[in-house]
Amino acid sequence: MPWTKIRAELDEPDYGHAGDGGGRRLDYAAAIREALDQALSLDPRVFVMGQGVDDPAGMFGATRDLHLKYGRERVFDTPLAETALTGVAAGAAMGGLRPVYFHNRPDFLFLAMDQLVNHAAKWSYMFAGAVKVPLVLWACIGRGWGSAAQHSQALQGIFFHVPGLKLAMPSTAFDAKGLMLAAIADDNPVLIIEHRLNFRQKGLTPERPYTVPLGKGAVRRAGDDVTIVGISQMANEAYLAAEELARQGIQAEVLDPRSLRPLDEDLILDSLAKTGRLVVADSAWKTGGVSAEIAALAAEKGLDLLKAPVRRVSCPDLPTPAGYTLERAYYPGAAQIVAAVLELLRP
Amino acid sequence: MSVAPARLVELYRQMLRIRSLQERIEAEYHLDEMKTPVHLCIGQEAVAVGVCAALRPDDYIMSNHRGHGHYLAKGGDLRALVAELFCRSTGCSQGRGGSMHLVDARVGHLGSSSIVGGGIPLATGLGLACRMQGLDRVSVTFFGDGAADEGVLYESLNLAMLKKLPVIYVLENNQYSVCSPVASRQAGGSVFHGLEPQRLLSAKVDGNQVEEVLAAAEQAVARARSGEGPSFIECLTYRMRGHAGAGSDAHLGYRPEGEIARWERRDPVVNLAERLLAAGLLDRATMAAMEEVIAAELDEAFAFAKASPLPGAEELALHLFSE
Ligand SMILES: Cc1ncc(C[n+]2csc(CCOP(=O)(O)OP(=O)(O)O)c2C)c(N)n1
Ligand SMILES: [Mg+2]
Repeated sequence: MPWTKIRAELDEPDYGHAGDGGGRRLDYAAAIREALDQALSLDPRVFVMGQGVDDPAGMFGATRDLHLKYGRERVFDTPLAETALTGVAAGAAMGGLRPVYFHNRPDFLFLAMDQLVNHAAKWSYMFAGAVKVPLVLWACIGRGWGSAAQHSQALQGIFFHVPGLKLAMPSTAFDAKGLMLAAIADDNPVLIIEHRLNFRQKGLTPERPYTVPLGKGAVRRAGDDVTIVGISQMANEAYLAAEELARQGIQAEVLDPRSLRPLDEDLILDSLAKTGRLVVADSAWKTGGVSAEIAALAAEKGLDLLKAPVRRVSCPDLPTPAGYTLERAYYPGAAQIVAAVLELLRP
Repeated sequence: MSVAPARLVELYRQMLRIRSLQERIEAEYHLDEMKTPVHLCIGQEAVAVGVCAALRPDDYIMSNHRGHGHYLAKGGDLRALVAELFCRSTGCSQGRGGSMHLVDARVGHLGSSSIVGGGIPLATGLGLACRMQGLDRVSVTFFGDGAADEGVLYESLNLAMLKKLPVIYVLENNQYSVCSPVASRQAGGSVFHGLEPQRLLSAKVDGNQVEEVLAAAEQAVARARSGEGPSFIECLTYRMRGHAGAGSDAHLGYRPEGEIARWERRDPVVNLAERLLAAGLLDRATMAAMEEVIAAELDEAFAFAKASPLPGAEELALHLFSE
């Protein structure tokens, strides 16, 4: 399916976090849009910028028609100038505003690296907190239909490496809304990396404004035999894997960290204390990435809890190929997670 | 028309061939066999053909996401292009690039970036390589008005002007980046017009008139080969289709009323055909024969692509590094 044609048609499992009254079943994109709508209406400092935020596609629906309600002063299209505009957004944040800068794809954030990493992420530390940079950057990982090497990169590992930059990776509509509102409220630069396949989902989402705290992960499913940490869209695959494993008599605990920096270390270590086995599933490359860091956490702080070596499920260390037969060989999913768990439990 | 008649007819044939390929892709796209995004260059054929007609096979080009025309105009292999759209092992990038990543190094086409503006500094570096190796080749980068928003254009042009590099910057101003009109992104158009010509030769041409494009390109090529430095050619043209995929996107409503119809009257392929007919340089029978040959060539290329093997998992890790 072309990436432009992805529609919300899958119901997320009810993870029970919608809390009070459950909320409505909302399209993933609509949940983000609602967060922006509420932030724009509640806080005059908030503005939304990015290529095509005011066009008919409206950033996969996440910003659609917001300019009609708030005007193009506060919801505006930008030139294609990611390098400068990241600095412009950071500067506006230093000047007292709360910019939310949308990028279609994380790949384009490479153009933003200098302003993001050398500047925005260091400003608080370098100047001992004298100046705040309450900036939100957002980008959405592409996948499928020949997105290929320059439109599909899952770059969380690279941004995870950067001190001073908070990093959130939602996988449910509830979290997409709550993390967006938390990111906007935060006084630091926050990068939200979405995954295009999550836009197929509809999830229970309360109408009121609420935040999902950065640094607080979630248990998606409880289990005693093995802990599966799923990052971004792989959290959904991990849940599917756990259902399959349950049919085979294995109870997996599925964790979704939701944000990587800060990382909810206690959530992972507490679960390890129970299961003693860890599989980390990430939508990105393996080497030097998020799965490596979580494995290192287990080794450094939970070695005595581990009954078996850590297993990682990730993309191979290769650029993404365009062809669908190659994509099939490239992307891991629930089946690979099941296989990794079985290797641990039934070697 | 200052272009020799036989040459003009040949330019027409090339433009028609690019147009016909685009239309064939459009006609088959709904079958979902080409599982790759396509960015059609319908309406922009005269730019690719006019520029590449001024080049030699050993000159370089760097292309972008909307690159089918650049590839064919530079002499790229048609079968390998079509096979790439079908993600086959016989494709020019062996099924790992798709429509946005065409390449044919044999004819100086060293690749296409789908990062907007990504090819601009690469082409500048190719120009540097030509200079440092004492080659009289030139390097061309094709990029859109969206890419002209990017700072990397300034940085690249500055170096090319400083070192008088043999680089030709071809701005295909098709009026839009996705749905954003150029006027909403640039105050009064490109800032690279109007510099002293010895620093940067700039031209703004009707990109739908292949003779105009060719004339500007020939001047730029002569300047580059003689070591006088870079040129900047803005070709005014129009993206007749949606940003990506097949078909019109008029229903989205972001283009002003009547704009598409106005540009349709300036269709580069149709207009050139009419002018050639009127001037008696081409007759209907010759034109029909030309169309037939192209159609047969496309039939053959599509059949070749569909019959070609799909790359298997064992090919996944190939080519990460050059061996
Ligand atoms: C650096 C970067 N930013 C954004 C994009 C998304 N994008 C892909 S094509 C495109 C439009 C580019 O417009 P233009 O350069 O005018 O080329 P055209 O599509 O009109 O041929 C955009 C915004 C990208 N690929 N790379
Ligand atoms: Mg354009």
